[in-house]
Amino acid sequence: MAFDWLEFRRGVVDILPVVTAALPIGLLFGTLAAAKGIAPVEAMVMSATVFAGAAQFVAVDLWTNPAPVVLLTFTVFLVNIRHIMMGVSFARHMGRFPPWQRPLAMFFLVDEMWAFAERRALGGPVPPAYWWGMSLALWGQWVLGTTVGSVLGRSLGDPKAFGFDFAFTATFICILIGFIRNWRTGAVLAVSGAAAALAKLAIPGAWYIAIGGLAGVAVAYLLAAEEGSAREAEAGP
Amino acid sequence: MTLAAYATELTIVGMAIATYVTRVSGLYLVRFFNVRGRTKAALDAMPPAILMAVIAPVAFATGPAETAATAITAVAALRFPLIVAVIIGVLSVVALRHVMG
Repeated sequence: MAFDWLEFRRGVVDILPVVTAALPIGLLFGTLAAAKGIAPVEAMVMSATVFAGAAQFVAVDLWTNPAPVVLLTFTVFLVNIRHIMMGVSFARHMGRFPPWQRPLAMFFLVDEMWAFAERRALGGPVPPAYWWGMSLALWGQWVLGTTVGSVLGRSLGDPKAFGFDFAFTATFICILIGFIRNWRTGAVLAVSGAAAALAKLAIPGAWYIAIGGLAGVAVAYLLAAEEGSAREAEAGP
Repeated sequence: MTLAAYATELTIVGMAIATYVTRVSGLYLVRFFNVRGRTKAALDAMPPAILMAVIAPVAFATGPAETAATAITAVAALRFPLIVAVIIGVLSVVALRHVMG
Protein backbone atom coordinates (compact mmCIF):
# COMPACT_ATOMS: atom_id res chain seq x y z
CA MET A 1 0.00 0.00 0.00
CA ALA A 2 1.38 3.39 -1.01
CA PHE A 3 2.14 5.93 1.69
CA ASP A 4 -0.73 8.40 2.10
CA TRP A 5 1.05 11.73 1.66
CA LEU A 6 -2.24 13.63 1.80
CA GLU A 7 -2.89 12.40 5.36
CA PHE A 8 0.78 12.98 6.22
CA ARG A 9 0.45 16.60 5.15
CA ARG A 10 -2.84 16.93 7.03
CA GLY A 11 -1.07 15.77 10.20
CA VAL A 12 1.74 18.30 9.71
CA VAL A 13 -0.77 21.11 9.12
CA ASP A 14 -2.89 20.19 12.16
CA ILE A 15 0.10 20.12 14.52
CA LEU A 16 1.67 23.30 13.09
CA PRO A 17 0.14 25.69 15.67
CA VAL A 18 1.51 23.45 18.43
CA VAL A 19 4.92 23.29 16.72
CA THR A 20 4.98 27.09 16.53
CA ALA A 21 3.99 27.52 20.17
CA ALA A 22 6.47 24.85 21.29
CA LEU A 23 9.44 26.45 19.51
CA PRO A 24 10.21 29.04 22.24
CA ILE A 25 9.46 26.35 24.86
CA GLY A 26 12.11 24.10 23.27
CA LEU A 27 14.59 26.96 23.19
CA LEU A 28 13.83 27.71 26.84
CA PHE A 29 14.30 24.06 27.77
CA GLY A 30 17.69 23.97 26.05
CA THR A 31 18.70 27.14 27.86
CA LEU A 32 17.68 25.78 31.28
CA ALA A 33 19.48 22.49 30.58
CA ALA A 34 22.65 24.37 29.69
CA ALA A 35 22.36 26.37 32.92
CA LYS A 36 22.34 23.06 34.85
CA GLY A 37 25.56 21.94 33.14
CA ILE A 38 23.93 19.55 30.67
CA ALA A 39 25.96 19.53 27.43
CA PRO A 40 24.17 20.41 24.16
CA VAL A 41 24.60 16.88 22.81
CA GLU A 42 23.14 15.45 26.04
CA ALA A 43 20.17 17.83 25.91
CA MET A 44 19.63 16.88 22.28
CA VAL A 45 19.73 13.16 23.03
CA MET A 46 17.37 13.69 25.98
CA SER A 47 14.79 15.51 23.85
CA ALA A 48 15.12 12.95 21.06
CA THR A 49 14.72 9.88 23.29
CA VAL A 50 12.41 11.16 26.05
CA PHE A 51 10.29 13.60 23.98
CA ALA A 52 8.15 14.73 26.91
CA GLY A 53 8.11 18.47 27.56
CA ALA A 54 6.56 18.61 31.03
CA ALA A 55 8.63 15.69 32.36
CA GLN A 56 11.87 17.13 30.98
CA PHE A 57 11.24 20.54 32.57
CA VAL A 58 10.54 18.91 35.94
CA ALA A 59 13.65 16.73 35.64
CA VAL A 60 15.94 19.63 34.74
CA ASP A 61 14.45 21.64 37.58
CA LEU A 62 15.46 18.84 40.01
CA TRP A 63 18.82 18.28 38.27
CA THR A 64 21.98 18.27 40.40
CA ASN A 65 25.48 17.20 39.54
CA PRO A 66 25.97 14.24 39.47
CA ALA A 67 22.40 13.56 38.40
CA PRO A 68 20.21 11.63 40.91
CA VAL A 69 19.39 8.77 38.54
CA VAL A 70 16.67 6.98 40.52
CA LEU A 71 14.88 10.11 41.73
CA LEU A 72 14.74 11.64 38.24
CA THR A 73 13.65 8.40 36.58
CA PHE A 74 10.84 7.91 39.08
CA THR A 75 9.74 11.56 38.92
CA VAL A 76 9.57 11.39 35.13
CA PHE A 77 7.46 8.23 35.43
CA LEU A 78 5.00 10.04 37.74
CA VAL A 79 4.75 13.08 35.50
CA ASN A 80 4.04 10.81 32.52
CA ILE A 81 1.62 8.44 34.23
CA ARG A 82 -1.29 10.12 32.38
CA HIS A 83 0.05 8.57 29.14
CA ILE A 84 -1.09 5.15 30.34
CA MET A 85 -4.73 6.29 30.17
CA MET A 86 -4.17 8.12 26.90
CA GLY A 87 -2.53 5.01 25.43
CA VAL A 88 -5.44 2.75 26.39
CA SER A 89 -7.84 5.12 24.67
CA PHE A 90 -5.68 5.68 21.57
CA ALA A 91 -4.95 1.96 21.17
CA ARG A 92 -8.63 1.46 20.29
CA HIS A 93 -8.27 3.70 17.24
CA MET A 94 -5.08 2.14 15.81
CA GLY A 95 -6.86 -0.43 13.64
CA ARG A 96 -5.25 0.89 10.46
CA PHE A 97 -1.69 0.74 11.87
CA PRO A 98 0.26 -2.42 10.93
CA PRO A 99 0.96 -4.26 14.23
CA TRP A 100 4.73 -3.66 14.00
CA GLN A 101 4.18 0.10 13.74
CA ARG A 102 2.06 0.36 16.88
CA PRO A 103 4.82 0.23 19.57
CA LEU A 104 6.84 2.71 17.47
CA ALA A 105 3.86 5.05 17.07
CA MET A 106 3.28 5.01 20.83
CA PHE A 107 6.76 6.49 21.37
CA PHE A 108 5.36 9.78 20.00
CA LEU A 109 2.30 9.82 22.31
CA VAL A 110 2.52 13.47 23.34
CA ASP A 111 -0.55 15.14 24.89
CA GLU A 112 -1.15 17.48 21.97
CA MET A 113 -0.81 14.78 19.30
CA TRP A 114 -2.98 12.43 21.27
CA ALA A 115 -5.67 15.11 21.51
CA PHE A 116 -5.64 15.68 17.73
CA ALA A 117 -5.69 11.92 17.11
CA GLU A 118 -8.66 11.44 19.44
CA ARG A 119 -10.51 14.23 17.66
CA ARG A 120 -9.74 12.52 14.35
CA ALA A 121 -10.91 9.20 15.83
CA LEU A 122 -14.41 10.61 16.29
CA GLY A 123 -14.76 9.98 12.53
CA GLY A 124 -13.16 6.51 12.39
CA PRO A 125 -9.78 4.81 12.87
CA VAL A 126 -6.79 7.18 12.76
CA PRO A 127 -4.85 7.06 9.45
CA PRO A 128 -1.22 6.07 10.26
CA ALA A 129 0.20 8.69 7.86
CA TYR A 130 -1.68 11.41 9.79
CA TRP A 131 0.04 10.29 13.00
CA TRP A 132 3.47 10.10 11.35
CA GLY A 133 3.06 13.60 9.92
CA MET A 134 2.32 15.04 13.36
CA SER A 135 5.09 12.97 14.96
CA LEU A 136 7.84 14.02 12.57
CA ALA A 137 6.93 17.73 12.70
CA LEU A 138 6.70 17.98 16.49
CA TRP A 139 9.62 15.67 17.28
CA GLY A 140 11.89 17.44 14.77
CA GLN A 141 10.99 20.82 16.18
CA TRP A 142 11.51 19.70 19.79
CA VAL A 143 14.95 18.22 19.13
CA LEU A 144 16.02 21.21 17.03
CA GLY A 145 14.67 23.79 19.50
CA THR A 146 16.39 22.09 22.45
CA THR A 147 19.72 21.92 20.64
CA VAL A 148 19.65 25.53 19.48
CA GLY A 149 18.59 26.70 22.96
CA SER A 150 21.35 24.78 24.71
CA VAL A 151 24.02 25.91 22.26
CA LEU A 152 23.02 29.54 22.67
CA GLY A 153 22.92 28.84 26.40
CA ARG A 154 21.49 32.16 27.44
CA SER A 155 18.00 33.41 28.19
CA LEU A 156 16.00 34.06 25.03
CA GLY A 157 13.19 35.76 26.87
CA ASP A 158 10.32 34.41 28.89
CA PRO A 159 7.71 32.61 26.70
CA LYS A 160 5.12 33.70 29.25
CA ALA A 161 5.55 37.35 28.22
CA PHE A 162 4.20 36.46 24.77
CA GLY A 163 1.46 34.14 26.02
CA PHE A 164 3.11 31.08 24.41
CA ASP A 165 2.55 29.10 27.61
CA PHE A 166 -1.21 29.60 27.18
CA ALA A 167 -1.15 28.33 23.58
CA PHE A 168 -1.15 24.73 24.86
CA THR A 169 -4.12 25.33 27.13
CA ALA A 170 -5.91 27.11 24.27
CA THR A 171 -5.26 24.20 21.90
CA PHE A 172 -6.66 21.73 24.44
CA ILE A 173 -9.74 23.90 25.01
CA CYS A 174 -10.49 23.95 21.27
CA ILE A 175 -10.10 20.19 20.95
CA LEU A 176 -12.11 19.64 24.13
CA ILE A 177 -15.09 21.61 22.75
CA GLY A 178 -15.41 19.04 19.94
CA PHE A 179 -15.97 16.25 22.46
CA ILE A 180 -18.99 17.83 24.14
CA ARG A 181 -22.00 15.86 22.97
CA ASN A 182 -24.64 15.88 25.73
CA TRP A 183 -25.25 16.61 29.39
CA ARG A 184 -23.25 13.53 30.39
CA THR A 185 -20.09 15.03 28.86
CA GLY A 186 -20.86 18.21 30.81
CA ALA A 187 -21.05 16.24 34.05
CA VAL A 188 -17.80 14.43 33.24
CA LEU A 189 -16.04 17.76 32.57
CA ALA A 190 -17.41 19.41 35.71
CA VAL A 191 -16.17 16.58 37.93
CA SER A 192 -12.79 16.04 36.25
CA GLY A 193 -12.13 19.80 36.18
CA ALA A 194 -13.03 20.28 39.84
CA ALA A 195 -11.11 17.18 40.95
CA ALA A 196 -8.00 18.18 38.99
CA ALA A 197 -8.01 21.78 40.23
CA LEU A 198 -8.43 20.66 43.86
CA ALA A 199 -5.78 17.96 43.47
CA LYS A 200 -3.35 20.47 41.96
CA LEU A 201 -3.83 22.76 44.97
CA ALA A 202 -3.67 19.96 47.55
CA ILE A 203 -1.06 17.50 46.24
CA PRO A 204 2.42 18.40 44.96
CA GLY A 205 3.54 16.96 41.65
CA ALA A 206 1.63 15.89 38.57
CA TRP A 207 -0.98 13.66 40.20
CA TYR A 208 -3.80 16.07 39.35
CA ILE A 209 -4.10 14.86 35.75
CA ALA A 210 -4.55 11.21 36.71
CA ILE A 211 -6.90 12.14 39.57
CA GLY A 212 -9.06 14.45 37.43
CA GLY A 213 -9.09 12.00 34.52
CA LEU A 214 -10.10 9.05 36.69
CA ALA A 215 -12.81 11.09 38.46
CA GLY A 216 -14.31 12.06 35.09
CA VAL A 217 -14.12 8.51 33.76
CA ALA A 218 -15.82 7.23 36.94
CA VAL A 219 -18.70 9.67 36.37
CA ALA A 220 -19.10 8.48 32.77
CA TYR A 221 -19.14 4.87 33.99
CA LEU A 222 -21.79 5.59 36.64
CA LEU A 223 -24.01 7.67 34.35
CA ALA A 224 -23.90 5.00 31.64
CA ALA A 225 -24.97 2.37 34.18
CA GLU A 226 -28.27 4.16 34.85
CA GLU A 227 -29.62 3.89 31.31
CA GLY A 228 -27.15 1.43 29.81
CA SER A 229 -28.62 -1.76 31.26
CA ALA A 230 -31.92 -1.38 29.41
CA ARG A 231 -30.25 -0.50 26.12
CA GLU A 232 -27.72 -3.30 26.44
CA ALA A 233 -30.44 -5.89 27.02
CA GLU A 234 -32.26 -4.59 23.97
CA ALA A 235 -29.19 -4.58 21.74
CA GLY A 236 -28.17 -8.14 22.64
CA PRO A 237 -24.75 -9.60 21.85
CA MET B 1 32.43 5.98 41.57
CA THR B 2 32.35 4.89 37.95
CA LEU B 3 28.56 5.09 37.98
CA ALA B 4 28.63 8.76 39.02
CA ALA B 5 30.75 9.52 35.96
CA TYR B 6 27.91 8.30 33.78
CA ALA B 7 25.08 9.75 35.91
CA THR B 8 23.84 12.08 33.16
CA GLU B 9 23.79 9.32 30.53
CA LEU B 10 22.11 6.87 32.94
CA THR B 11 19.49 9.46 33.90
CA ILE B 12 18.64 10.16 30.27
CA VAL B 13 18.27 6.42 29.64
CA GLY B 14 16.10 6.10 32.77
CA MET B 15 13.92 9.04 31.74
CA ALA B 16 13.51 7.64 28.22
CA ILE B 17 12.54 4.18 29.48
CA ALA B 18 10.17 5.56 32.15
CA THR B 19 8.42 7.72 29.55
CA TYR B 20 8.18 4.98 26.93
CA VAL B 21 6.76 2.50 29.44
CA THR B 22 3.86 4.87 30.21
CA ARG B 23 3.25 5.46 26.50
CA VAL B 24 3.38 1.89 25.21
CA SER B 25 1.58 0.13 28.08
CA GLY B 26 -1.86 1.25 26.89
CA LEU B 27 -1.34 -0.86 23.77
CA TYR B 28 -1.22 -4.01 25.93
CA LEU B 29 -3.58 -2.93 28.73
CA VAL B 30 -6.46 -2.28 26.32
CA ARG B 31 -6.75 -6.05 25.79
CA PHE B 32 -8.00 -6.42 29.36
CA PHE B 33 -10.96 -4.14 28.73
CA ASN B 34 -14.21 -5.55 27.40
CA VAL B 35 -15.01 -2.54 25.27
CA ARG B 36 -18.82 -2.56 25.53
CA GLY B 37 -21.56 -0.82 27.48
CA ARG B 38 -20.37 1.00 30.59
CA THR B 39 -16.71 0.22 29.93
CA LYS B 40 -17.00 1.76 26.47
CA ALA B 41 -18.73 4.82 27.93
CA ALA B 42 -15.88 5.17 30.45
CA LEU B 43 -13.16 4.82 27.78
CA ASP B 44 -14.96 7.24 25.46
CA ALA B 45 -15.03 9.78 28.31
CA MET B 46 -11.25 9.50 28.77
CA PRO B 47 -10.15 12.09 26.18
CA PRO B 48 -12.42 14.91 27.41
CA ALA B 49 -11.86 13.99 31.09
CA ILE B 50 -8.06 14.01 30.76
CA LEU B 51 -8.02 17.16 28.62
CA MET B 52 -10.14 18.88 31.24
CA ALA B 53 -7.80 17.69 33.99
CA VAL B 54 -4.77 18.95 32.06
CA ILE B 55 -6.18 22.47 31.64
CA ALA B 56 -7.99 22.74 35.01
CA PRO B 57 -5.09 24.25 37.04
CA VAL B 58 -4.56 26.99 34.42
CA ALA B 59 -8.29 27.45 33.80
CA PHE B 60 -9.46 27.62 37.43
CA ALA B 61 -6.54 27.88 39.83
CA THR B 62 -3.88 30.15 38.31
CA GLY B 63 -5.41 33.62 38.18
CA PRO B 64 -8.34 35.71 36.91
CA ALA B 65 -6.54 36.50 33.62
CA GLU B 66 -6.12 32.80 32.79
CA THR B 67 -9.70 31.95 33.83
CA ALA B 68 -11.12 34.75 31.67
CA ALA B 69 -8.89 33.77 28.73
CA THR B 70 -10.11 30.18 29.07
CA ALA B 71 -13.73 31.35 28.72
CA ILE B 72 -12.86 33.57 25.74
CA THR B 73 -11.01 30.71 24.02
CA ALA B 74 -13.93 28.32 24.59
CA VAL B 75 -16.40 30.77 23.00
CA ALA B 76 -13.98 31.45 20.12
CA ALA B 77 -13.60 27.70 19.55
CA LEU B 78 -17.35 27.41 18.95
CA ARG B 79 -17.22 29.96 16.11
CA PHE B 80 -13.74 29.86 14.55
CA PRO B 81 -11.23 27.30 13.22
CA LEU B 82 -8.74 25.96 15.78
CA ILE B 83 -5.78 28.11 14.79
CA VAL B 84 -7.87 31.32 14.92
CA ALA B 85 -9.31 30.41 18.32
CA VAL B 86 -5.82 29.62 19.69
CA ILE B 87 -4.52 32.99 18.48
CA ILE B 88 -7.52 34.75 20.07
CA GLY B 89 -6.82 32.87 23.32
CA VAL B 90 -3.11 33.75 23.36
CA LEU B 91 -3.74 37.42 22.56
CA SER B 92 -6.47 37.64 25.20
CA VAL B 93 -4.24 36.13 27.90
CA VAL B 94 -1.47 38.61 27.10
CA ALA B 95 -3.92 41.52 27.25
CA LEU B 96 -5.66 40.27 30.39
CA ARG B 97 -2.38 39.63 32.22
CA HIS B 98 -1.37 43.18 31.37
CA VAL B 99 -4.69 44.61 32.61
CA MET B 100 -5.15 42.38 35.66
CA GLY B 101 -1.47 42.20 36.61
